[in-house]
Amino acid sequence: MIKTILIDDEPLARSITREYLQAHAADIAVVAECNDGFEGIKAIAHHKPDLIFLDIQMPKINGFEMLELLEQPPAVIFTTAFDEYAMKAFEAHAIDYLLKPFSRERFDKALEKWMQQRGHADKSTQQAAILREEIRQPEERTRVVVREGGNIRIIPVQDIHYVEAYDDYVKIYTAKEMFLKKKTMSFYEQSLDPAQFIRVHRSYMIQLTQLTRIEPLEKDTHVALLKSGVRIPLSKAGYSKLKSVLGI
Amino acid sequence: MPADPVSTVKIATYKLALAYAGWWVLLITIETYALLTSFDLRWQAALADAVTINLLLAAAGHAMHNALKYYSPGAKNSLSMLVWSVGLAALCVFIHRCFMRYAFADDIVYLDYMEGSYIIRGLFSWLMIALMSLMSWMWYYMQDQRASEKREQDAQKMAREAELASLRQQLQPHFLFNSLNSISALAGTRPEEARKMIQQLSDFLRGTVRRDDQQLVTLEEELKHLQLYLDIEKVRFGHRLRTEVQHDTTAPALRLPSLLLQPIVENAIKFGLYDTTGEITIRINAATRDGQLLLSVENPFDPTTAQPRRGTGFGLNSVQRRLYLLYARNDLLTTEQQETEENPRFITHVKIPQTA
Repeated sequence: MIKTILIDDEPLARSITREYLQAHAADIAVVAECNDGFEGIKAIAHHKPDLIFLDIQMPKINGFEMLELLEQPPAVIFTTAFDEYAMKAFEAHAIDYLLKPFSRERFDKALEKWMQQRGHADKSTQQAAILREEIRQPEERTRVVVREGGNIRIIPVQDIHYVEAYDDYVKIYTAKEMFLKKKTMSFYEQSLDPAQFIRVHRSYMIQLTQLTRIEPLEKDTHVALLKSGVRIPLSKAGYSKLKSVLGI
Repeated sequence: MPADPVSTVKIATYKLALAYAGWWVLLITIETYALLTSFDLRWQAALADAVTINLLLAAAGHAMHNALKYYSPGAKNSLSMLVWSVGLAALCVFIHRCFMRYAFADDIVYLDYMEGSYIIRGLFSWLMIALMSLMSWMWYYMQDQRASEKREQDAQKMAREAELASLRQQLQPHFLFNSLNSISALAGTRPEEARKMIQQLSDFLRGTVRRDDQQLVTLEEELKHLQLYLDIEKVRFGHRLRTEVQHDTTAPALRLPSLLLQPIVENAIKFGLYDTTGEITIRINAATRDGQLLLSVENPFDPTTAQPRRGTGFGLNSVQRRLYLLYARNDLLTTEQQETEENPRFITHVKIPQTA
């Protein structure tokens, strides 16, 4: 039996997915319905579903952010009213999406596509594919969500001072705290506003407004001094990038 | 401003031609009188001299005027204007001289006077032609200026109207598609409710397309339209969304730009629904103060995670812009955050001046 979870903040929107799924009741069981991403994370941890139907615009954290917080995300079919243009951004990924309102035929097609892919590849490679693809939301990122113990924290991007690479993780530093997140530097380099965050080193990215001074360290090497007093090493490329952004 | 610019130009040209003729008649009279009293000429010779040279100058002036019509003078061709005016002056003096020598060949006193004065005459002719050129240049320049001013005004007016229209018609596609999705869901299990929602959505859409940009509507009408919107949102979010609409006794008769309130409420609902997870109450209040209509829309928010930009998101920006275009004021829309411990609220205030 395939286990699935429906995550959407509109009960009526979930009811249509449930209705369409009844035709497949012999193979697929809806094990949970969730109103938001928080409930979604809990339900996924509890039920370990094979497939989830996920809305994008939801309270507190959106569908993309919820996926980011999962260690091992299940297969996803997005159900959204986002326009087609915005969804083009991840059309190339192996994941399907259903534009609301969608027909039964379109729904069955998405399900069939997933079933076929599932038959070809085993679960772990599929999940690896999702992780590697680093699904990014089509709109500009204004906040970062992180897990902190059992809690989920939402950090507005303007509160981030700098980001540091740390093995398979990145450390995200705010004024008082540090958060670990299982992502790569290039993921943040691509998803944060490049006018606001500058990759100044292989392992460091700083928020431009936090910079107070650039100091020479030795011959040909420099460090960036942040308002908080933290010194960040600059690579040669990082130094020249910083200079060109600052127009000096 | 007269309605028809073409006829005003015609009238102006006709008056100008009369003034031009009058000016030359006056000059001819003065010159004839001066020649008679200063040089003891015969009146025939004096009159013929003044008439000939001034007619020639009038023709030259007219020629310059026409030339300027097609070659608008700038710094570049001011030299060519100088050459032309000098050439025309010389030509006038030359023709005058030939004609007078032929017509008054036996008048020794006149010929004597003419031979002695032609340098002065040339200089005077050039000054007259230069003066006329300058005057027609100014005339064209002013016309040009006036035309471009009018063009600019027209363009601004059109841009303003287009902008107002687009600001008013901004219907969020998200809202439409999600509503259609709700209808689709209802159609399977509760067809009567689906039909009702189609009705509500149609009435709402009709209300947004029918209205005129600049039109002011009463608050009562605007609230009726808003209720359609709220009813639809309640089908989608009935499990979380509560709304309260309050107004004093005089407010419903006051006027406001049509479709102004709905985007503010839409913004508040979105902000409230997506920034918190519990049940939310949106409060809409309308009051009369000092003859002005005061509107306020309240939604809950989470001060620890709310985006600072979010409060002045797209919905409010377009409302602010619309108020500016209609009233030329930027202080009519304000926002306020009440960060109380138990009930943090985001409030949007709008002041609508009541004109006549």
